[in-house]
Amino acid sequence: MKNPLYFPSSQLISRRRFVTGLAAGGALLGLGLSPARLLATTGSTTPMPERRGNHFTLDIAPLTVNFTGAMRTATAIGGSVPGPVLRWREGDTVTLDVTNRLAVDSSIHWHGIILPTGMDGVPEISYPGIRPGETFRYRFTVRQSGTFWYHSHSGFQEQTGMYGPIVIEPRDQEPNPCDRDYVVMLSDWTDEEPDSVYAKLKKLSHYYNFNERTVGDLIGEIREKGLARTWNDRAMWNRMRMSDRDLSDVTGYTYTYLMNGRTPSEGWTGLFKPGEKVRLRFINGSAMTFFDVRIPGLKMTVVAADGQDIQPVAVDEFRIGVAETYDVVVEPDDGAYCVFAQAIDRSGYAHGTLTPDISLKAEVPPFDPLPLLSHKDMGMRMNMGDMDGSMSMGDAGSMSMNTMDSGNGAMNAKTKRESAMPGMQPMEGADMNNTVMGAPAKGTMASMPSEGMSGLGKAGYGSNAPVVHVPTEFGPHVAMRTENPQYRLDDPGAGLRNNGRRVLCYADLRNLHPTPDPREPEREIQLHLTGNMSRYMWSINGVKYADAEPLRFRYGERLRITFVNDTMMNHPMHLHGMWSDLETGDPKAIPRKHTVIVQPGSKISYLVTADAMGSWAYHCHLLYHMAGMFRKVVVSEEGK
Amino acid sequence: MRKLALTMLLLLTLTGVARAGGMEDDPLLAALIVDRLEMRTADGSNPIFWDADAWIGKDLNKLWFKTEGEYRDQKIEEAEFQALYSRAVDPNWDLQAGVRRDTYQEPGMPDRNWLAVGFMGTAPYYFDVDTALFLGEDGRTSFRFKTEYEFMFTQRLVLVPEFELNAYGKNDPATRTGSGISETELGLRLRYEIRREFAPYVGINWNRLYGKTADYAKEEGADFDDVQFVIGVRLRF
Repeated sequence: MKNPLYFPSSQLISRRRFVTGLAAGGALLGLGLSPARLLATTGSTTPMPERRGNHFTLDIAPLTVNFTGAMRTATAIGGSVPGPVLRWREGDTVTLDVTNRLAVDSSIHWHGIILPTGMDGVPEISYPGIRPGETFRYRFTVRQSGTFWYHSHSGFQEQTGMYGPIVIEPRDQEPNPCDRDYVVMLSDWTDEEPDSVYAKLKKLSHYYNFNERTVGDLIGEIREKGLARTWNDRAMWNRMRMSDRDLSDVTGYTYTYLMNGRTPSEGWTGLFKPGEKVRLRFINGSAMTFFDVRIPGLKMTVVAADGQDIQPVAVDEFRIGVAETYDVVVEPDDGAYCVFAQAIDRSGYAHGTLTPDISLKAEVPPFDPLPLLSHKDMGMRMNMGDMDGSMSMGDAGSMSMNTMDSGNGAMNAKTKRESAMPGMQPMEGADMNNTVMGAPAKGTMASMPSEGMSGLGKAGYGSNAPVVHVPTEFGPHVAMRTENPQYRLDDPGAGLRNNGRRVLCYADLRNLHPTPDPREPEREIQLHLTGNMSRYMWSINGVKYADAEPLRFRYGERLRITFVNDTMMNHPMHLHGMWSDLETGDPKAIPRKHTVIVQPGSKISYLVTADAMGSWAYHCHLLYHMAGMFRKVVVSEEGK
Repeated sequence: MRKLALTMLLLLTLTGVARAGGMEDDPLLAALIVDRLEMRTADGSNPIFWDADAWIGKDLNKLWFKTEGEYRDQKIEEAEFQALYSRAVDPNWDLQAGVRRDTYQEPGMPDRNWLAVGFMGTAPYYFDVDTALFLGEDGRTSFRFKTEYEFMFTQRLVLVPEFELNAYGKNDPATRTGSGISETELGLRLRYEIRREFAPYVGINWNRLYGKTADYAKEEGADFDDVQFVIGVRLRF
């Protein structure tokens, strides 16, 4: 469903977006009301299509769909959008014969699956792709269990419907046995051609943003804080020509958000019997959308992140980045519950109902307030006049300032992390500069030498290395460089700070099993996520993929990747072929992820065991950032 | 000029083709931005004014075309065309260089050709700026500064104050242009973005001529200080 802000009445009617699954009259009545009033009138329990076994045949073919009231051609895997749930068993060798029935090249990538490079499904890196009319046989042994997904890695095909869930049954006993098990796949659909979406962003980067600051917002702020403080708060944003409302590049203006392929007017329905334990496998299969997920009235116990079992943590809400997965267990009482997934910019939502009775529906809650980015999200030093007071007090006083919703949690995190890293000494600036200057002119990495550098942070705690902006980060293609990026593992992110709910954050993630590779990192690679939002250019270290040298890992080495986000956006970074062992502060229980959100203006570190020979893709999973914010990783005996 | 444009276009299309999974990071794109297409109230006739840009190119290098002019009494009274090579030199600024041609339909008014060099971009505090220096024949020089700001009342209702200043190095009686500051224009337009592509507006425009330019106008009995109501549409594709 759309935020009414995005749909003035003329458009609403002419574009017939509400018509599917809702009587037109109902849609008109719903106009301008909170989404709580826009109750779904229908619902069905048709389950997601599912395939089981160890031999699968999948066709990639055009499919006529209607998500908005208009017929469109999607590209579908296995005859549906999303594609069928593929159920595998850990230890099995699976064979997947994929036939491309499109007029253009295609591919399927098995997201988060550890497999040989030739089976990874990335054109030009792992194989040539699948030509029209051809069949490619994927065959590999499944060495993991949990919730994953698959999608096209060709062009913008993923946006047009080429994605589906993977559920892998564990060989050993399931640590969290449940009575019911549902996949909840979130995605974003547009009637527009993705090429056209991309062109619009390049021409006018805020084309889809209808959350911009207005004169009314400014007047409100002046009333609340006075002219002087408002001026100070606004000045930096305006000088930098940045917006604190730049949350999503593509929004509900064009997107219809789907839950298991169901539009908001239909909604997805999951049945349970009171007293049952229900496992929900959330997968964010969106092209561009982060979702904030909650089930009002239910605690969710998060038991797995990116398919990997974690020490259970009970939360009210979590943010799921593009390509991430979270498994949660809920124990609903008698009654219906709304599974509510609102887009991070509140421009729309997807939803479903957990209910013991098909006729019993839950109210859809209203949108939460629009998140505003703070100075922290710019990676600024927190020395703005009005921040000092609130920080030293460390109380709720600062929370009334809506532009500076810096969480106490995050501040504590900073302190905690710093104290958790004893023996941290700043490195000699001169040495570092020499290292950087000696880096290849293309500037693909600011590589820390592994020898003679006593300051390499301990495994599990993150980096000690100073943040260095390499020369390639300067120019018209990079709009911002963070001044003081911090680890923000305790920070659930803009819009979720201090919202009165227990919100999952990365600091909560502790692997259920002991860290598989407890070695200390031998070296560290610092990668800066860079871009220029207004020119809509994205890169790593200021170098776009087309101009970049591959990153080279030595087979068997344990290394640390530290990301520094020099932009105002979240970037979900996905390393193919190897796990990203996220350093959340406990070296004994390091969680393994395949996709890691790097929050705006922050830094984050993970360890990688380079145990997969060959070439791999490494990129931002936001589809329209990916072409530039992309690296090839080559793992070889020589390494570096 | 046409040859220059073709060469530039060729250069643009020949650069960089490396792709990630069949994705083109920096495709060749073209845009058309009709910033103003408006009718102004004036005694006798209601002239139509336009101010439009078009570009073709990639992220950092583009060919940029600009035109503005006035259509009155079934003819194009005056028109200006620019063809520029535009190169990003800063996150927010493009350096633009090329040629400009002014044409007049009035009998006896000669065309004027100029070399142009200028900057276009967004200044701190979100002022959009387009400014350039022009070098003409016979030592003629000209300078232009244009800026505008957007006050958003809602996500679609936007008030846009605009300011433009033109100055010339020496008198050019043939085109009724005097040296020094020749003209300022202060506009206030209220537009409603029905879509990003289509935004009708109403507004008010205050045009003022100075010095010798004002004298030329007076000689012809034309206004040198004119407030007009405008109604128009902004288009972008």
